[in-house]
Amino acid sequence: MAVLTLRALEKHYGSIKAVTGVDLQLEEGEFLAVLGPSGSGKSTLMRMVAGLESPTAGDILVDGKSVINVPPQHRNVAMVFQSFALYPHMSVRDNILFPLVSRKVPRQEHAARLEKATRMLGVEDLLDRRPNRLSGGQKQRVALARALVRQPELFVFDEPLSALDAQIRSRARAELRELHDQTRITTLYVTHDQVEAMGLADRVAVINEGRLHQVGTPHELYNDPADLFVAGFIGNPPMNLIPIDQTTIAGIRPEDMLVDPEGDIADVAIDLVVTIEHLEYLGSEWLVHGQFQPGDGANSKPLHVIARLPANSHPEFVTGQTCRMVGLRKNVCLFDRASGKRRANGRAGA
Amino acid sequence: MSTSQHSVSPQSAGRIARLGAYLDQPKVLAWLMLGPAVLYVVAFVGFPFLLAIALSLSDATIGDPSLDTFVGLANFRTVIQTDAFQLALRNSLIVTAGTLALVLVLATLASELLVHAFRGKRLFQMIFILPWAMPVSLTAIVWMWFLDSTFSPVDWVLLQLGLLGPGGVWGPFKHLYFLGNEWLGLASVIVADTWRMLPLATIIVLAGRMSIPEERFEQARIDGAGVFRILFHITLPALKPMLIVAILFTGLLVIGEMSLVQLLTRGGPGHSTQVLPYWAYLKGIEGGSLAQGAAIALCLFPFLLVASVLALRAAYRSQEA
Repeated sequence: MAVLTLRALEKHYGSIKAVTGVDLQLEEGEFLAVLGPSGSGKSTLMRMVAGLESPTAGDILVDGKSVINVPPQHRNVAMVFQSFALYPHMSVRDNILFPLVSRKVPRQEHAARLEKATRMLGVEDLLDRRPNRLSGGQKQRVALARALVRQPELFVFDEPLSALDAQIRSRARAELRELHDQTRITTLYVTHDQVEAMGLADRVAVINEGRLHQVGTPHELYNDPADLFVAGFIGNPPMNLIPIDQTTIAGIRPEDMLVDPEGDIADVAIDLVVTIEHLEYLGSEWLVHGQFQPGDGANSKPLHVIARLPANSHPEFVTGQTCRMVGLRKNVCLFDRASGKRRANGRAGA
Repeated sequence: MSTSQHSVSPQSAGRIARLGAYLDQPKVLAWLMLGPAVLYVVAFVGFPFLLAIALSLSDATIGDPSLDTFVGLANFRTVIQTDAFQLALRNSLIVTAGTLALVLVLATLASELLVHAFRGKRLFQMIFILPWAMPVSLTAIVWMWFLDSTFSPVDWVLLQLGLLGPGGVWGPFKHLYFLGNEWLGLASVIVADTWRMLPLATIIVLAGRMSIPEERFEQARIDGAGVFRILFHITLPALKPMLIVAILFTGLLVIGEMSLVQLLTRGGPGHSTQVLPYWAYLKGIEGGSLAQGAAIALCLFPFLLVASVLALRAAYRSQEA
């Protein structure tokens, strides 16, 4: 267990800046997810922490000590790759023992450590198998056992669930979180999947084009996005971003959008006349897709907007029909159009 | 256009189309495609092989090449008892084993080097492949000059280093006479064979090396493994199938090769650097005893067959695992 600190971290490949100016601190025992689209620099960030890449500038500290010049074999960082990278010519037992043998842990400790790690992951019965005789879920557990067996001070995960079938992914997610709650090993978890990041992590760091956009709890990211990128990235579907004048863009979640509200409503921030494009039925909810003509005059192209309605509302729109969509001031976040940053007085109540 | 043309062309087009459809059947097409290769193997491998067996069981000579007298295994008994044969067998095994050992180590190192990007890699690769592109005779001539009894640059370097010449570690002479000495001669043949076979072996091993995902090495480094542990516990086990293929190809090519020995040492001094293929040639063609030459050449066959089958099965199994 350790505190991981990244200070003004930079990684450039020629003129390409993969990571720029990243400051981040993982507290002891924290589970932090780095979330970003592909090519955002999240993998580079993780590889620098593991020691597989050396930063162009900046510092990486574990418990306050710089590890910049420490090669990966001498860092106590365990990593689980997306492919799990099991050694195909070794049995599961030898795979799990490999870090102990490599690090010259006394032989008499091996059995106890192996037993503990395999029991935690439930892979005791697989020890004599070769990796190619394992299912995806079993491979993932073996890879986790191999990472766990050496008692690392830091875990680094590279999308460890994306190679799994969709059916077992949500269970694997829960088990991963339980494992973390048992071991309390500080964890850096890299993913492009916001469901994983939001569901697993204590805090999420949103990264794009090498820059951190926001670091916060899943709740903060969803309800208080710091800028337009986070607003347009978090949530499925994400926030509707509606220009209201030359300098301001308003963001509103689809579920906060009121469709054809009845009676008088006060404190209206957004009031749109929307042409319905189509309805999407998702079982537990409806998505109403429509488009409207922005009133700011800056551009004349119609913009897309989505409202989310509960399943029991049974909307009866047909394509081409118009309706009114309203956003209340308390539900609207305001962003500066030029900088993309959130306005300080963006919302009355959260 | 005449009317006759009009009446003929649809018919002939129909015939061609019918022929095309016939040839297009998988069974017919398969034989058509395989035919030339099968013919080649039967004519230039199968027939000579059977002829060699027939010759080895007869008393055929250059003067009387007919296969009319069957002598059983008498030729084998005769040739096996000669000193020249026993030396040649020993030397064939030493040269092949020595070349294999050197080639495997160097090919593994070279593939480790070539898998990484570096400046001038293309040029290096081109120079590296040259020995393979060179005719064997040219290789032999290059090494003959390199190891010449009077003009050898190797001798000169050793002399300058003080290892050779008066007061030197390796005696008072100014030359080692590489090709005029039993063990130095064998070593020279091994080095020349290694030089010639390394490109092929490297290409085979490199193909295996490039198929290992980079993540496996990164995982091993993170797991705490150093350079040697990664080489012996990660790289080599993964290369095993390709190493076996490289052993098979290099071994078969070296053990059946006679021109290097013929040009470098002529099997001498005496028969001390003699190898089986060259001895079979000397006995059967130069000496005129076709039957004994065939018997000598066939002596290696059972060993090679068993070795090939075992190696291929091992390669297949380690690829499955």
